[in-house]
Amino acid sequence: MIHVKDLSVSFSDVRVLHDVSFDVATGESFALVGESGSGKSTILKALAGQLPAFTGTLRIGEDNDTDRPFSARDRARQVQMVFQDPYGSLHPRRTIDDTLNEPLLIHGLPDRDSKVIAMLDAVGLPRRFRFRLPHQLSGGQRQRVAIARALMLNPPVLLLDEPTSALDVSVQAEILNLLKSLREEKNLTFLLVTHDLPVVSFLCDRLAILHAGRIVETANTEALRSGQLSSSYGQELFQRSVYG
Amino acid sequence: MSLLSVENLRVTFPTDHGPADVVRGLSFTLGRERLGIVGESGSGKSMTGRAIMGLVPAPGKVTADQLMFNGKDLRGLSEDERRDLRGTAMSMVLQDPKFSLNPVIRIGEQIEEAMAVHGTLGRRERRERALEALTAVRIKDPERVARLFPHEVSGGMGQRVMIAMMVVLEPALMIADEPTSALDVSVRGQVLDILADLVSRRGMGLILISHDLNMVARWCDRILVMYRGEIVEEIASGALMDAQHPYTRGLVASLPTIDETRDRLPVLDRGKL
Repeated sequence: MIHVKDLSVSFSDVRVLHDVSFDVATGESFALVGESGSGKSTILKALAGQLPAFTGTLRIGEDNDTDRPFSARDRARQVQMVFQDPYGSLHPRRTIDDTLNEPLLIHGLPDRDSKVIAMLDAVGLPRRFRFRLPHQLSGGQRQRVAIARALMLNPPVLLLDEPTSALDVSVQAEILNLLKSLREEKNLTFLLVTHDLPVVSFLCDRLAILHAGRIVETANTEALRSGQLSSSYGQELFQRSVYG
Repeated sequence: MSLLSVENLRVTFPTDHGPADVVRGLSFTLGRERLGIVGESGSGKSMTGRAIMGLVPAPGKVTADQLMFNGKDLRGLSEDERRDLRGTAMSMVLQDPKFSLNPVIRIGEQIEEAMAVHGTLGRRERRERALEALTAVRIKDPERVARLFPHEVSGGMGQRVMIAMMVVLEPALMIADEPTSALDVSVRGQVLDILADLVSRRGMGLILISHDLNMVARWCDRILVMYRGEIVEEIASGALMDAQHPYTRGLVASLPTIDETRDRLPVLDRGKL
Protein backbone atom coordinates (compact mmCIF):
# COMPACT_ATOMS: atom_id res chain seq x y z
CA MET A 1 0.00 0.00 0.00
CA ILE A 2 2.99 2.25 0.63
CA HIS A 3 6.22 1.70 -1.26
CA VAL A 4 9.23 3.93 -0.61
CA LYS A 5 12.45 3.17 -2.44
CA ASP A 6 15.72 5.11 -2.20
CA LEU A 7 14.03 8.32 -1.12
CA SER A 8 16.52 11.17 -0.79
CA VAL A 9 15.70 14.77 -0.01
CA SER A 10 17.94 17.83 0.17
CA PHE A 11 17.12 21.33 1.32
CA SER A 12 19.53 23.69 -0.49
CA ASP A 13 22.81 21.81 0.01
CA VAL A 14 21.87 19.93 3.20
CA ARG A 15 20.83 16.35 2.65
CA VAL A 16 18.10 15.45 5.16
CA LEU A 17 17.14 11.98 3.90
CA HIS A 18 19.58 9.36 2.62
CA ASP A 19 18.19 6.52 0.48
CA VAL A 20 15.25 5.65 2.71
CA SER A 21 13.37 2.49 1.69
CA PHE A 22 10.47 0.66 3.30
CA ASP A 23 7.16 -1.00 2.39
CA VAL A 24 3.88 -1.04 4.25
CA ALA A 25 1.31 -3.72 3.41
CA THR A 26 -2.44 -3.12 3.16
CA GLY A 27 -4.03 -2.91 6.57
CA GLU A 28 -0.67 -2.69 8.30
CA SER A 29 0.26 -0.04 10.85
CA PHE A 30 3.85 1.15 10.49
CA ALA A 31 5.72 3.65 12.69
CA LEU A 32 8.58 6.00 11.88
CA VAL A 33 10.45 6.72 15.09
CA GLY A 34 13.22 9.24 15.71
CA GLU A 35 14.18 12.52 17.29
CA SER A 36 13.57 16.00 15.91
CA GLY A 37 15.61 16.51 12.79
CA SER A 38 15.82 12.79 12.01
CA GLY A 39 13.72 13.29 8.88
CA LYS A 40 10.59 11.41 9.91
CA SER A 41 8.19 14.24 9.15
CA THR A 42 9.93 14.89 5.83
CA ILE A 43 9.05 11.35 4.75
CA LEU A 44 5.38 12.03 5.54
CA LYS A 45 5.50 15.28 3.60
CA ALA A 46 6.94 13.53 0.58
CA LEU A 47 4.20 10.90 0.70
CA ALA A 48 1.52 13.58 1.09
CA GLY A 49 2.82 15.34 -2.02
CA GLN A 50 3.98 18.39 -0.15
CA LEU A 51 7.63 18.23 -1.20
CA PRO A 52 8.45 19.76 -4.55
CA ALA A 53 11.76 17.97 -5.01
CA PHE A 54 13.03 14.53 -4.05
CA THR A 55 14.67 11.56 -5.71
CA GLY A 56 13.59 7.95 -5.44
CA THR A 57 10.33 6.06 -5.97
CA LEU A 58 7.16 6.62 -3.97
CA ARG A 59 3.97 4.68 -4.43
CA ILE A 60 0.96 5.01 -2.25
CA GLY A 61 -2.63 3.79 -2.25
CA GLU A 62 -4.47 1.46 -4.59
CA ASP A 63 -4.00 0.96 -8.33
CA ASN A 64 -0.46 2.23 -8.26
CA ASP A 65 0.97 -0.20 -10.78
CA THR A 66 1.77 2.56 -13.19
CA ASP A 67 4.60 4.99 -12.65
CA ARG A 68 2.36 7.88 -13.50
CA PRO A 69 2.10 9.98 -10.35
CA PHE A 70 -1.31 10.77 -8.91
CA SER A 71 -2.85 14.15 -9.57
CA ALA A 72 -3.40 16.14 -6.36
CA ARG A 73 -7.10 15.35 -6.61
CA ASP A 74 -6.63 11.61 -6.99
CA ARG A 75 -4.03 11.56 -4.28
CA ALA A 76 -6.49 13.12 -1.83
CA ARG A 77 -8.68 10.03 -2.22
CA GLN A 78 -5.78 7.71 -1.55
CA VAL A 79 -4.07 9.35 1.39
CA GLN A 80 -4.91 11.88 4.08
CA MET A 81 -2.99 13.28 7.01
CA VAL A 82 -3.80 13.91 10.69
CA PHE A 83 -1.59 16.56 12.27
CA GLN A 84 -0.14 16.98 15.73
CA ASP A 85 -1.83 20.12 16.89
CA PRO A 86 -5.62 20.07 16.79
CA TYR A 87 -5.59 23.76 17.71
CA GLY A 88 -3.69 24.69 14.55
CA SER A 89 -5.07 22.26 11.99
CA LEU A 90 -8.74 23.27 11.86
CA HIS A 91 -10.02 26.47 10.30
CA PRO A 92 -11.02 28.61 13.29
CA ARG A 93 -13.97 30.26 11.59
CA ARG A 94 -15.53 27.28 9.88
CA THR A 95 -18.01 25.03 11.64
CA ILE A 96 -17.32 21.34 12.00
CA ASP A 97 -19.97 20.81 9.32
CA ASP A 98 -18.10 23.09 6.86
CA THR A 99 -14.82 21.32 7.55
CA LEU A 100 -16.27 17.87 6.97
CA ASN A 101 -18.26 18.95 3.91
CA GLU A 102 -15.41 20.58 2.05
CA PRO A 103 -13.70 17.45 0.71
CA LEU A 104 -17.07 16.11 -0.47
CA LEU A 105 -17.84 19.37 -2.26
CA ILE A 106 -14.46 19.49 -3.97
CA HIS A 107 -14.84 15.93 -5.20
CA GLY A 108 -18.49 16.42 -6.11
CA LEU A 109 -19.75 13.54 -4.00
CA PRO A 110 -23.46 13.04 -3.26
CA ASP A 111 -25.28 12.49 0.08
CA ARG A 112 -23.15 14.96 1.97
CA ASP A 113 -25.59 15.34 4.82
CA SER A 114 -25.80 11.69 5.70
CA LYS A 115 -22.06 11.19 5.20
CA VAL A 116 -21.22 13.96 7.67
CA ILE A 117 -23.60 12.55 10.28
CA ALA A 118 -22.27 9.02 9.78
CA MET A 119 -18.72 10.26 10.20
CA LEU A 120 -19.53 12.15 13.42
CA ASP A 121 -20.95 8.89 14.78
CA ALA A 122 -17.92 6.94 13.60
CA VAL A 123 -15.43 9.14 15.46
CA GLY A 124 -17.60 9.34 18.57
CA LEU A 125 -18.60 13.00 18.36
CA PRO A 126 -22.16 13.88 19.47
CA ARG A 127 -24.26 15.08 16.51
CA ARG A 128 -25.04 18.34 18.31
CA PHE A 129 -21.40 19.39 17.76
CA ARG A 130 -21.99 19.53 14.02
CA PHE A 131 -22.55 23.26 13.77
CA ARG A 132 -20.04 24.34 16.39
CA LEU A 133 -16.75 26.12 15.81
CA PRO A 134 -13.37 24.61 16.76
CA HIS A 135 -12.86 26.93 19.74
CA GLN A 136 -15.99 25.49 21.33
CA LEU A 137 -14.41 22.03 21.45
CA SER A 138 -11.74 20.51 23.69
CA GLY A 139 -8.40 19.32 22.31
CA GLY A 140 -9.55 15.71 22.17
CA GLN A 141 -12.79 16.60 20.41
CA ARG A 142 -10.87 18.67 17.87
CA GLN A 143 -8.57 15.77 17.16
CA ARG A 144 -11.67 13.65 16.53
CA VAL A 145 -12.81 16.28 14.01
CA ALA A 146 -9.37 16.19 12.35
CA ILE A 147 -9.58 12.40 12.05
CA ALA A 148 -13.14 12.65 10.70
CA ARG A 149 -12.02 15.18 8.09
CA ALA A 150 -9.19 12.92 7.00
CA LEU A 151 -11.61 10.00 6.53
CA MET A 152 -14.34 11.86 4.59
CA LEU A 153 -13.05 10.66 1.20
CA ASN A 154 -12.54 7.11 2.46
CA PRO A 155 -8.81 6.99 1.74
CA PRO A 156 -7.16 3.62 2.34
CA VAL A 157 -4.07 5.27 3.87
CA LEU A 158 -3.77 7.66 6.85
CA LEU A 159 -0.56 9.51 7.63
CA LEU A 160 -0.48 10.34 11.35
CA ASP A 161 2.01 12.99 12.46
CA GLU A 162 2.30 12.76 16.27
CA PRO A 163 -1.51 12.59 16.53
CA THR A 164 -1.65 12.43 20.33
CA SER A 165 1.43 14.24 21.60
CA ALA A 166 -0.42 17.54 22.16
CA LEU A 167 -3.14 15.81 24.20
CA ASP A 168 -3.55 14.97 27.88
CA VAL A 169 -2.82 11.34 28.73
CA SER A 170 -6.43 10.39 29.44
CA VAL A 171 -7.49 11.96 26.13
CA GLN A 172 -4.55 10.32 24.36
CA ALA A 173 -5.97 6.94 25.40
CA GLU A 174 -9.35 7.81 23.85
CA ILE A 175 -7.82 8.91 20.55
CA LEU A 176 -5.50 5.89 20.36
CA ASN A 177 -8.47 3.58 20.96
CA LEU A 178 -10.43 5.40 18.28
CA LEU A 179 -7.61 5.09 15.73
CA LYS A 180 -7.27 1.39 16.50
CA SER A 181 -11.02 0.78 16.09
CA LEU A 182 -11.21 2.73 12.84
CA ARG A 183 -8.30 0.79 11.41
CA GLU A 184 -9.99 -2.50 12.22
CA GLU A 185 -13.38 -1.41 10.86
CA LYS A 186 -12.15 0.16 7.63
CA ASN A 187 -9.00 -1.91 7.10
CA LEU A 188 -6.94 1.28 6.99
CA THR A 189 -3.19 1.42 6.49
CA PHE A 190 -1.42 3.67 9.03
CA LEU A 191 1.92 5.40 8.75
CA LEU A 192 2.57 6.93 12.17
CA VAL A 193 5.33 9.39 12.98
CA THR A 194 6.16 9.64 16.68
CA HIS A 195 8.90 9.84 19.26
CA ASP A 196 6.78 7.98 21.81
CA LEU A 197 7.70 4.27 21.82
CA PRO A 198 4.79 3.11 24.03
CA VAL A 199 2.36 4.55 21.48
CA VAL A 200 4.08 2.46 18.78
CA SER A 201 3.77 -0.58 20.99
CA PHE A 202 0.03 -0.04 21.30
CA LEU A 203 -0.88 0.98 17.75
CA CYS A 204 1.66 -0.46 15.32
CA ASP A 205 2.78 -3.77 13.83
CA ARG A 206 6.23 -2.71 12.68
CA LEU A 207 8.54 0.28 13.05
CA ALA A 208 11.51 1.91 11.39
CA ILE A 209 14.02 3.82 13.48
CA LEU A 210 15.45 6.93 11.86
CA HIS A 211 18.64 8.64 12.80
CA ALA A 212 20.12 11.62 10.94
CA GLY A 213 18.10 10.91 7.80
CA ARG A 214 18.81 7.20 7.57
CA ILE A 215 16.80 4.16 8.62
CA VAL A 216 19.07 2.40 11.10
CA GLU A 217 16.67 -0.45 11.83
CA THR A 218 13.33 -1.91 10.81
CA ALA A 219 11.75 -4.20 13.38
CA ASN A 220 8.53 -5.88 14.46
CA THR A 221 6.75 -4.29 17.39
CA GLU A 222 7.36 -7.57 19.23
CA ALA A 223 11.08 -6.77 19.23
CA LEU A 224 10.31 -3.36 20.71
CA ARG A 225 8.07 -4.81 23.44
CA SER A 226 10.72 -7.26 24.55
CA GLY A 227 13.59 -4.78 24.24
CA GLN A 228 15.22 -6.79 21.44
CA LEU A 229 15.99 -3.95 19.03
CA SER A 230 19.19 -4.83 17.22
CA SER A 231 20.75 -1.42 16.44
CA SER A 232 22.64 0.41 19.14
CA TYR A 233 20.66 3.58 18.46
CA GLY A 234 17.41 1.62 18.79
CA GLN A 235 18.61 0.27 22.12
CA GLU A 236 19.49 3.79 23.21
CA LEU A 237 15.97 5.03 22.42
CA PHE A 238 14.51 2.04 24.24
CA GLN A 239 16.62 2.65 27.34
CA ARG A 240 15.66 6.31 27.41
CA SER A 241 12.02 5.53 27.05
CA VAL A 242 12.07 3.00 29.88
CA TYR A 243 14.48 4.64 32.30
CA GLY A 244 14.12 8.33 31.40
CA MET B 1 11.73 25.22 58.97
CA SER B 2 10.24 24.70 55.58
CA LEU B 3 11.13 26.95 52.72
CA LEU B 4 7.60 27.44 51.56
CA SER B 5 4.38 26.77 53.37
CA VAL B 6 1.04 27.13 51.68
CA GLU B 7 -2.32 26.74 53.33
CA ASN B 8 -5.72 26.93 51.70
CA LEU B 9 -4.46 28.63 48.54
CA ARG B 10 -7.22 29.76 46.21
CA VAL B 11 -7.05 31.36 42.79
CA THR B 12 -10.32 32.77 41.52
CA PHE B 13 -11.30 34.27 38.19
CA PRO B 14 -14.55 36.13 37.58
CA THR B 15 -16.72 34.68 34.82
CA ASP B 16 -20.14 35.40 33.34
CA HIS B 17 -21.56 32.80 35.71
CA GLY B 18 -19.94 34.17 38.86
CA PRO B 19 -16.45 33.55 40.27
CA ALA B 20 -14.69 30.34 39.21
CA ASP B 21 -12.09 28.74 41.46
CA VAL B 22 -9.13 27.53 39.43
CA VAL B 23 -7.15 26.47 42.49
CA ARG B 24 -9.35 25.32 45.34
CA GLY B 25 -7.86 25.27 48.81
CA LEU B 26 -4.37 23.90 48.19
CA SER B 27 -2.11 23.17 51.17
CA PHE B 28 1.45 21.90 51.12
CA THR B 29 4.92 22.64 52.43
CA LEU B 30 8.21 22.55 50.57
CA GLY B 31 11.66 22.00 52.01
CA ARG B 32 14.95 21.91 50.14
CA GLU B 33 13.73 19.13 47.92
CA ARG B 34 12.23 18.32 44.55
CA LEU B 35 8.47 18.46 44.61
CA GLY B 36 6.47 17.45 41.55
CA ILE B 37 3.01 18.76 40.73
CA VAL B 38 1.25 16.70 38.07
CA GLY B 39 -2.14 17.10 36.50
CA GLU B 40 -3.84 17.47 33.15
CA SER B 41 -4.70 20.71 31.37
CA GLY B 42 -7.00 22.80 33.49
CA SER B 43 -6.07 21.09 36.75
CA GLY B 44 -4.68 24.35 38.15
CA LYS B 45 -1.06 23.22 38.36
CA SER B 46 0.39 26.16 36.42
CA MET B 47 -1.82 28.64 38.26
CA THR B 48 -0.45 27.28 41.54
CA GLY B 49 3.09 28.07 40.40
CA ARG B 50 2.06 31.51 39.23
CA ALA B 51 0.26 32.25 42.50
CA ILE B 52 3.42 31.49 44.46
CA MET B 53 5.44 33.72 42.12
CA GLY B 54 2.85 36.49 42.35
CA LEU B 55 2.23 36.28 38.60
CA VAL B 56 -1.47 35.49 38.39
CA PRO B 57 -2.78 37.77 35.64
CA ALA B 58 -5.63 40.19 36.37
CA PRO B 59 -8.54 39.81 36.97
CA GLY B 60 -7.49 36.65 38.82
CA LYS B 61 -7.46 36.85 42.61
CA VAL B 62 -5.18 34.92 44.98
CA THR B 63 -6.13 34.25 48.59
CA ALA B 64 -4.60 31.95 51.21
CA ASP B 65 -4.71 31.35 54.94
CA GLN B 66 -0.97 31.10 54.85
CA LEU B 67 1.66 31.80 52.19
CA MET B 68 5.03 31.88 53.92
CA PHE B 69 8.29 31.89 52.02
CA ASN B 70 11.58 31.78 53.97
CA GLY B 71 9.87 33.19 57.06
CA LYS B 72 8.25 35.99 55.09
CA ASP B 73 4.52 36.42 54.60
CA LEU B 74 3.91 36.80 50.87
CA ARG B 75 0.35 37.95 51.34
CA GLY B 76 -0.02 41.68 51.41
CA LEU B 77 3.38 42.41 49.87
CA SER B 78 3.28 45.28 47.42
CA GLU B 79 3.94 44.68 43.74
CA ASP B 80 7.41 46.25 44.15
CA GLU B 81 8.28 43.97 47.05
CA ARG B 82 7.15 40.91 45.11
CA ARG B 83 9.23 42.04 42.17
CA ASP B 84 12.30 42.29 44.38
CA LEU B 85 11.78 38.72 45.51
CA ARG B 86 11.41 37.39 41.99
CA GLY B 87 14.75 36.62 40.49
CA THR B 88 16.72 37.02 43.70
CA ALA B 89 14.80 34.65 45.98
CA MET B 90 12.42 32.77 43.72
CA SER B 91 12.37 32.27 39.99
CA MET B 92 10.46 30.43 37.32
CA VAL B 93 11.59 28.45 34.29
CA LEU B 94 9.01 28.42 31.55
CA GLN B 95 8.12 25.82 28.98
CA ASP B 96 9.40 27.04 25.68
CA PRO B 97 12.72 28.86 25.22
CA LYS B 98 11.54 29.99 21.78
CA PHE B 99 8.91 32.22 23.33
CA SER B 100 10.47 33.10 26.66
CA LEU B 101 13.80 34.55 25.54
CA ASN B 102 14.02 37.98 23.97
CA PRO B 103 14.82 37.28 20.30
CA VAL B 104 16.77 40.49 19.69
CA ILE B 105 19.10 40.50 22.69
CA ARG B 106 22.28 38.42 22.89
CA ILE B 107 22.16 35.56 25.39
CA GLY B 108 24.92 36.93 27.61
CA GLU B 109 23.23 40.30 27.92
CA GLN B 110 19.90 38.69 28.80
CA ILE B 111 21.50 36.81 31.67
CA GLU B 112 23.24 39.96 32.88
CA GLU B 113 20.00 41.90 32.77
CA ALA B 114 18.59 40.18 35.85
CA MET B 115 21.71 41.11 37.82
CA ALA B 116 21.60 44.67 36.56
CA VAL B 117 18.02 45.02 37.74
CA HIS B 118 18.46 43.39 41.15
CA GLY B 119 22.11 43.50 42.03
CA THR B 120 24.77 45.97 42.83
CA LEU B 121 27.45 44.18 40.82
CA GLY B 122 29.65 46.05 38.39
CA ARG B 123 29.61 45.32 34.71
CA ARG B 124 32.67 43.09 34.70
CA GLU B 125 31.42 40.99 37.63
CA ARG B 126 28.05 40.64 35.97
CA ARG B 127 29.73 39.33 32.87
CA GLU B 128 31.79 36.84 34.86
CA ARG B 129 28.77 35.62 36.76
CA ALA B 130 26.83 35.17 33.50
CA LEU B 131 29.64 33.04 32.08
CA GLU B 132 29.78 31.03 35.30
CA ALA B 133 26.04 30.42 35.12
CA LEU B 134 26.37 29.18 31.54
CA THR B 135 29.16 26.85 32.64
CA ALA B 136 26.98 25.62 35.52
CA VAL B 137 24.35 24.45 33.02
CA ARG B 138 27.07 22.55 31.17
CA ILE B 139 27.52 24.81 28.19
CA LYS B 140 31.02 24.04 27.02
CA ASP B 141 32.06 27.31 25.39
CA PRO B 142 30.16 29.96 27.38
CA GLU B 143 32.06 32.86 25.78
CA ARG B 144 30.80 31.94 22.33
CA VAL B 145 27.25 31.13 23.43
CA ALA B 146 26.95 34.42 25.35
CA ARG B 147 27.44 36.27 22.06
CA LEU B 148 24.70 34.34 20.22
CA PHE B 149 21.09 35.32 19.71
CA PRO B 150 18.37 32.91 20.91
CA HIS B 151 17.52 31.73 17.37
CA GLU B 152 21.10 30.57 16.90
CA VAL B 153 20.90 27.89 19.59
CA SER B 154 18.96 24.61 19.73
CA GLY B 155 15.91 24.05 21.93
CA GLY B 156 17.89 22.13 24.52
CA MET B 157 20.55 24.79 24.71
CA GLY B 158 17.88 27.52 24.83
CA GLN B 159 16.32 25.81 27.83
CA ARG B 160 19.72 25.59 29.53
CA VAL B 161 20.17 29.32 28.91
CA MET B 162 16.80 29.92 30.58
CA ILE B 163 17.91 27.89 33.58
CA ALA B 164 21.21 29.77 33.72
CA MET B 165 19.26 33.01 33.76
CA MET B 166 17.13 31.77 36.62
CA VAL B 167 19.95 30.49 38.81
CA VAL B 168 22.38 33.34 38.29
CA LEU B 169 21.03 35.16 41.33
CA GLU B 170 20.95 31.92 43.33
CA PRO B 171 17.29 31.90 44.32
CA ALA B 172 16.16 29.69 47.18
CA LEU B 173 13.11 28.49 45.29
CA MET B 174 12.82 27.58 41.65
CA ILE B 175 9.55 26.74 39.94
CA ALA B 176 9.90 24.91 36.64
CA ASP B 177 6.70 24.81 34.60
CA GLU B 178 6.98 22.06 31.99
CA PRO B 179 10.71 22.74 31.54
CA THR B 180 11.25 19.80 29.21
CA SER B 181 8.07 19.35 27.23
CA ALA B 182 9.33 21.42 24.28
CA LEU B 183 12.50 19.33 24.16
CA ASP B 184 13.52 16.09 22.52
CA VAL B 185 13.62 12.99 24.68
CA SER B 186 17.40 12.84 24.37
CA VAL B 187 17.97 16.29 25.92
CA ARG B 188 15.21 16.01 28.53
CA GLY B 189 17.39 13.88 30.77
CA GLN B 190 20.24 16.38 30.49
CA VAL B 191 18.09 19.35 31.49
CA LEU B 192 16.64 17.43 34.46
CA ASP B 193 20.14 16.39 35.51
CA ILE B 194 21.27 20.00 35.51
CA LEU B 195 18.28 21.02 37.62
CA ALA B 196 18.88 18.15 40.06
CA ASP B 197 22.51 19.09 40.35
CA LEU B 198 21.66 22.73 41.11
CA VAL B 199 19.09 21.71 43.71
CA SER B 200 21.53 19.54 45.61
CA ARG B 201 24.59 21.77 45.23
CA ARG B 202 22.97 25.07 46.08
CA GLY B 203 20.36 23.68 48.46
CA MET B 204 17.41 25.07 46.53
CA GLY B 205 13.81 24.00 46.74
CA LEU B 206 12.35 23.04 43.38
CA ILE B 207 8.77 22.65 42.22
CA LEU B 208 8.48 20.78 38.94
CA ILE B 209 5.13 21.26 37.24
CA SER B 210 4.35 18.77 34.50
CA HIS B 211 1.73 16.65 32.84
CA ASP B 212 4.24 13.83 32.39
CA LEU B 213 3.45 11.38 35.20
CA ASN B 214 6.29 9.01 34.54
CA MET B 215 8.95 11.66 34.34
CA VAL B 216 7.83 13.35 37.55
CA ALA B 217 7.53 10.02 39.33
CA ARG B 218 11.07 9.08 38.40
CA TRP B 219 12.62 12.36 39.18
CA CYS B 220 10.95 14.06 42.16
CA ASP B 221 11.19 13.31 45.88
CA ARG B 222 7.46 13.77 46.30
CA ILE B 223 4.51 14.22 43.95
CA LEU B 224 1.25 16.08 44.35
CA VAL B 225 -1.46 14.98 41.93
CA MET B 226 -3.90 17.76 41.05
CA TYR B 227 -7.35 17.40 39.59
CA ARG B 228 -9.84 20.24 39.16
CA GLY B 229 -7.90 22.65 41.35
CA GLU B 230 -7.37 20.29 44.26
CA ILE B 231 -4.66 17.94 45.44
CA VAL B 232 -6.22 14.50 45.19
CA GLU B 233 -3.19 12.57 46.33
CA GLU B 234 0.37 12.85 47.52
CA ILE B 235 2.74 10.11 46.37
CA ALA B 236 6.27 9.31 47.45
CA SER B 237 8.94 9.04 44.77
CA GLY B 238 8.78 5.83 42.77
CA ALA B 239 5.48 4.76 44.31
CA LEU B 240 3.33 5.77 41.35
CA MET B 241 2.15 2.21 40.85
CA ASP B 242 0.81 2.15 44.42
CA ALA B 243 -1.35 5.23 43.93
CA GLN B 244 -4.70 4.98 45.70
CA HIS B 245 -6.92 7.70 44.29
CA PRO B 246 -9.12 6.60 41.35
CA TYR B 247 -8.02 9.62 39.28
CA THR B 248 -4.32 8.83 39.65
CA ARG B 249 -4.93 5.15 39.05
CA GLY B 250 -7.01 6.01 35.99
CA LEU B 251 -4.22 8.17 34.58
CA VAL B 252 -1.58 5.52 35.16
CA ALA B 253 -3.75 2.85 33.56
CA SER B 254 -4.51 4.97 30.49
CA LEU B 255 -0.82 5.35 29.60
CA PRO B 256 0.41 2.84 27.06
CA THR B 257 3.54 0.97 28.14
CA ILE B 258 6.50 -0.06 26.05
CA ASP B 259 5.46 -3.73 26.30
CA GLU B 260 1.82 -2.89 25.61
CA THR B 261 -0.41 -5.87 24.78
CA ARG B 262 -3.81 -4.52 25.83
CA ASP B 263 -6.25 -4.38 22.93
CA ARG B 264 -7.86 -1.17 24.22
CA LEU B 265 -6.59 1.37 26.74
CA PRO B 266 -8.86 2.05 29.72
CA VAL B 267 -10.41 5.51 29.54
CA LEU B 268 -10.90 7.75 32.54
CA ASP B 269 -14.55 7.82 33.62
CA ARG B 270 -14.85 11.40 34.81
CA GLY B 271 -18.43 10.88 35.94
CA LYS B 272 -17.23 8.54 38.68
CA LEU B 273 -14.59 10.86 40.13
